[in-house]
Parts: sequence; structure tokens; C-alpha cells
Amino acid sequence: MIRITGLHKAFAGSPVLSGIDATVAEGKIVALLGASGSGKSTLLRCLNGLSTFDAGSLEIAGFSLTPGAHDGRTLHALRAKVGMVFQEFHLFSHLSVLDNVTLAPRIARGTARAQAEAHARELLAQVGLAERAHAMPRELSGGQKQRVAIARALAQGVRVLLLDEPTSALDPELREEVREVLRKVARGAHGASGAGLTILLVTHEHALAHELADEIWTLAGGTIVAKSAPAKP
Amino acid sequence: MRVWAVFCFVLLAFSPALARADWASLREAGELGWGADLQGGEPYVYESPSEPGVIVGFEVEIAEALGRELGLRAKFHQNDWSNLIPSLERGDFDLALNGLEDTPARRARLRLSRPYFVYGETLAVRAGSPLRTLADLSGRRIGTLNQTVAQDLLQAQHADVVLYEGQQEPYLDLGQGRVEGVLLDHVIADRYGCGQPGLSCVKQDLARGTYVIGMRPADVELASRVDGALSRLIESGELRRILEHWKLWDARQEELGARAPAAVLKPASAQSASAAAPALAPAPTKQAMSAAQLGLFVQGALVTILISVCAFAFALPVGVFLAVIRGHGGRVSRFLATAYVELFRGTPVLLQLYVLYYGLSSVIRLGAIEAAILGLGLNYAAYEAEVHRGALAALPRGQAEAASSLGLSRYQVLRHVLLPQSLRIALPALTNDFVALLKDSSLVSVITVVELTKRMTIVAVELRDWVVPGLLCAGMYFAMSFPLSRLSLWLERRYQSV
Repeated sequence: MIRITGLHKAFAGSPVLSGIDATVAEGKIVALLGASGSGKSTLLRCLNGLSTFDAGSLEIAGFSLTPGAHDGRTLHALRAKVGMVFQEFHLFSHLSVLDNVTLAPRIARGTARAQAEAHARELLAQVGLAERAHAMPRELSGGQKQRVAIARALAQGVRVLLLDEPTSALDPELREEVREVLRKVARGAHGASGAGLTILLVTHEHALAHELADEIWTLAGGTIVAKSAPAKP
Repeated sequence: MRVWAVFCFVLLAFSPALARADWASLREAGELGWGADLQGGEPYVYESPSEPGVIVGFEVEIAEALGRELGLRAKFHQNDWSNLIPSLERGDFDLALNGLEDTPARRARLRLSRPYFVYGETLAVRAGSPLRTLADLSGRRIGTLNQTVAQDLLQAQHADVVLYEGQQEPYLDLGQGRVEGVLLDHVIADRYGCGQPGLSCVKQDLARGTYVIGMRPADVELASRVDGALSRLIESGELRRILEHWKLWDARQEELGARAPAAVLKPASAQSASAAAPALAPAPTKQAMSAAQLGLFVQGALVTILISVCAFAFALPVGVFLAVIRGHGGRVSRFLATAYVELFRGTPVLLQLYVLYYGLSSVIRLGAIEAAILGLGLNYAAYEAEVHRGALAALPRGQAEAASSLGLSRYQVLRHVLLPQSLRIALPALTNDFVALLKDSSLVSVITVVELTKRMTIVAVELRDWVVPGLLCAGMYFAMSFPLSRLSLWLERRYQSV
């Protein structure tokens, strides 16, 4: 669950987010649309503590964030429950695919290597990269990199997934493989298991937003100007 | 090719090595060149403290008196003491006049004048030391200057000899307990050692010898004229006046008259000069390098490797630490790290070595090797800090953000994500710096460490040949650094796409 209340954020005096109020219910998928520079990425960064904010409050995966600096222990716990996927993948270039996925469980959470690797292999199978576990990032295509990044974000058993334009950096012909993975993740979120994944997806792809999301927000001028249901085909 | 040949020919034509002074050309030029070292030269030859630029000392006055006697103008040439004889042989000047002791080795190599000074080998010890005689020094750690009679005496006693370049440093080290005694001429001991707090000198001379003037073997007529001039200075009492002026006249000097060489040559014409000249003992030819000297070269190379490897092993982590602080630390620690880098990068490493070994010896008493490793390590840490700071800054910002977003702490981000990548980026620069360090390690000879380059200069002086030891030394450095540059290339290729 994500609850955003009166969120304000300015960079060097110029406001980027000016009063965001919105809620994403547990297990729901929200797509966030908006022009470049409308504050979409900043909102995501506030949600997992990469950026601080000036006023308002955030609740996410059971944690509360307040304006100003966050304490390290809260962030450490929060990030075990909130995964993030970046537009530019940011895979660790010195680590193999498998090590990219297992790094955080092993180092930040103290999971035993064997257990972390077993889970990582499951996730890699889900994103269709089971055979590339020992490849280095430089040997992968952009689409494959982003699929690894998605597996990495999910590896800690997160309850919330923040996706920051996951297909924007890809050539058009590579986007479909990532969309396919996102569909799979979304189906998992909507699955009958009950432990639904809450997803906030920032994207420029309207079709994808309408296909996957339960609700679509439009961000403009630092506020949400529209919340609408997707147009299901 | 032809350009090179012309260049070499021109170089040879103007090389002072070919300029051999004979008496006729000296008289024509009206100038008598004499070489000595100003550094730590009191009371021999040094710059007047009250009049900078003016050279004073008892040897200056002797040189001027000689010039007057010979009808020539004495001209001083500054020359590093340890290379005085090679420079004389090259023809840089005509007399080596700087506390040169009369030894069989020098007699074999040079034409030596009659003595102008009698010195006593004086042993300085710490108060309460039982060391009194040469025999006592067997196996003891004793300091002296390089290429002196004292060095030969100590080696004959199988003492653990520590060689210095300056006159004050051995007594500083004696006070600090780094050596158990210092054996040097009484002139040096009286000025720099005996009066120091905590030190005392053994009253009895352990040996006695003389200072003589060194000349090229070919300068037969010059040598005989110099001897004649010296004799006149002794007989007229002029030499005594000079030595008394410098408070150097003592009972030892009474021997000067008696110590005249058996055959003082009369000035002779150029033709008869060679016939009349006393035969120089063995002909001063270049000697081949012995197996023992080769062994010492290898030992020197090992010292170079030891110092370089240890210093780099120290510099690397300290440099990484400083780089991390400069990139990620608080205001104060960032300032301190920056100050460290600027201080150690902005001052000569030679100065740092002196300060560490001599300047701070009352605070931390380091052995020579330890001081060498620490000194070079501290200096190179500043350079490594900059290399790693650059490498860390070259990483995309997203790497740290992605790692943070996964819940890694700041330390974990550095340890597991940033540093492993920045080290790969820094690798070529690191190998480059290590090769530079290998060669910079030759600087530590100023604090008594005998490494490869120092060994080369010692052997070169012993063999009177700079070509073979020089090439051997260069070959050894190359053998150490070449594999490293190959390794660097290989590593670069291996990690090129990281």
C-alpha cells in the first residue's frame, strides 16, 4: 500500500511536486503518466528514500516517511520491502547476472549464498534468463539487462515495486520482451495468492499503462491532474 | 643515421673527458681548477654563513696559496664528493682537493701529492659505551662516510658498516641509537660529533692518515709542481699559518714535513717528465666486476623490490581511504584528506625522507628501511588518493543509487559496488605508479639504505667504470618494470569493457 499526503518537493527554490495526494491500494497497479520533467521520477525517488521531500508525508509498505533526512535504519528496512527499477538499468558491471540478483539478499540481508542463489535462479527463470545466470552485464542486450534489473528488484521479496520508465531506454524492438516480463509480474500481483505486489509504474507508453494498470494518474505541474480507469480493450 | 653519427661526433669533440690539462695549457689558461663539495664542508670548503656566495675553508686557502706559488688563479668547482674522482678523470678540473685520504687504491688510480694535513681516525660513541679500539668494533653497527679509509678499516674488522653521505647525519643517528659508534677523521668528529650531548670521543686516534691532492695520472708535470709548491708552503710556514687560522694545527701536523714523499720531483721539461715520473703502482685500468660485486647488485635489487612492494602495499589502501573520504566524508575529514594530499604531493619526497628519518628521530625512531618504506608509502598514498578519486568519480552515479535502493549501507555500497569497479578503472594508473615508485626508491639512499642505484654508484667508483655497472643497473630496473607494464596492458585488455 502507498499513501501520499500533501507531498511537496522543490529543487533550489523551484517546486517540482506541489501537493500530491494519492493512494495505491495493496495489490493494485497504478500507471503514472506525464510529460518529461513533470516530477514523475522525483515522486518515485521520494517513495524509496533516494530523495528527501519538504512537506507532507508518505506511507509505503508499512513505513512512514517524513520531511527531511531519513534515518539509515528505516531506509534499510524499507528497501527490503520496496524494489526499484531504473530507466538505465544500473546493473553492477563487475558482477555476473546471478551476483547482481543475489548481492542485496546476501550483503544487506545476510541470506545464505545457496538460498539466495536458489531464489535468484527462480526469478531469472521467470524473466526468461535462466541460462544467462553466469553472463556478465556487458554480454547482455538492453532488454536482457532490464529483465535482470527487474529480477534484482524482486529478489528481496518486496511488497512494492517502483518502475521508473522501464522501457524508455530500449530500442523499440527490445521493448516487447520487457513488456512481457512486466505482464507476468502484474499477473503475479493480481494473482489469487493474496500476497499481492503493489506496483507504481512511471511510463510514457500509454498502451502499456492502459493494458496493465488498475488506475492511471496524470501528473502535470507538480500535481496529479487526473485519475482515471484504464480503457480496457 | 648520419645525423646521429654527426651528433655523436660533435658530442665527443666537445666532451670535457678529452680535455686533458697539461702544464703548458694550464699556464696558457692561467687557471688552476680544483674540485670540492660545499655540502657539510665546514671547515674544509663551505659557503661563508655571513657572506652568501663566498667560499671559505682551510682548503680554499691552501688552493689559493698553491695558485700563488704556481702563478695561476685557483678556480673552485663544486662537485658531489662521492664523484670527485670520476669528475677529475673526466677533466672537469685539475685537482681534487677535499679531504682526500691517501689510500693504496687511490694511489693506484691517481697521481697523489705529498700530504697537506695529518688526520686521526676518531671514534665517537654514546656516553658509557665500552667501545675503545678497532678490535672492539668487530660485528658492531658503526657509521662512517662512503669511500673513506675509515670504511676500509671497519670492513677489515668485519663491522656492520653504515654508510652516510653527509657529515652530520652519522652523529645524529649515533645519538638516536641507530648506530653504536661513528669512525671518522678528527676534523669531522671534532666539529660534528664529540661536542654533542650524550656523545663522547675516544681520545686516542684509532689510526692516522693524511689528506693529499688527487691529480690525473697523465698530469706528471703538474703533480711535480704541486708537490714543489706544497713543500715550499710547508717550509715557509704558510701552511702552518693557514691551519692555525682554522684552529687545525696540532701535534699531528708536526709529521707533515717528515711525510714528504720519498722522491719530490723537481719541475721537469715536458719531454723528460714521463721518464722522471715515479711509476704509479699498478696501472689504473678499468677492473672487471667480481662475482661478489654482482651478488651485491642482486642484493641491491632485492632491497629495491622490498622497499617498493612494501611502500606500495602501504600507499594503496591509504590512498583508497583518502579518496573515499574526499568523495564521501564530512566537511572536516574532507578538508584533512585534501590537506594531506596537497602537503605530500606539493613537497619533494627527498625532503619528506629527511624529515621522517632525521627531523622526527627524537619523536619516532625508525630504522632506515622502515623509514624508507614509510616515507615513500606516505608520499605515494597522496598520488594514489588522486588516482582513486578520479576513478570513483568516473563511475556512473546510478551505480551507487541502485545499490542504495537495494538497501545496502553506505559502507556496503563502497565495498561491494563502487570500489571493485573503480579499482579496475584505476589499474593502468596503479601499475604506472608502481613502476615510477621502483625508480623513485633510489632516493632512499639519502637515509643510508643501499639499494640498486646506490650499489651501482659504489661499484662504479670502485671499478672506475660507469658503463658496465650503469648498464647492469639499468638492465635490472628494466627487468623489474617491463613485466609490470606488460601485466598492466594485459589487465587493461581484460577489464577494458568494464
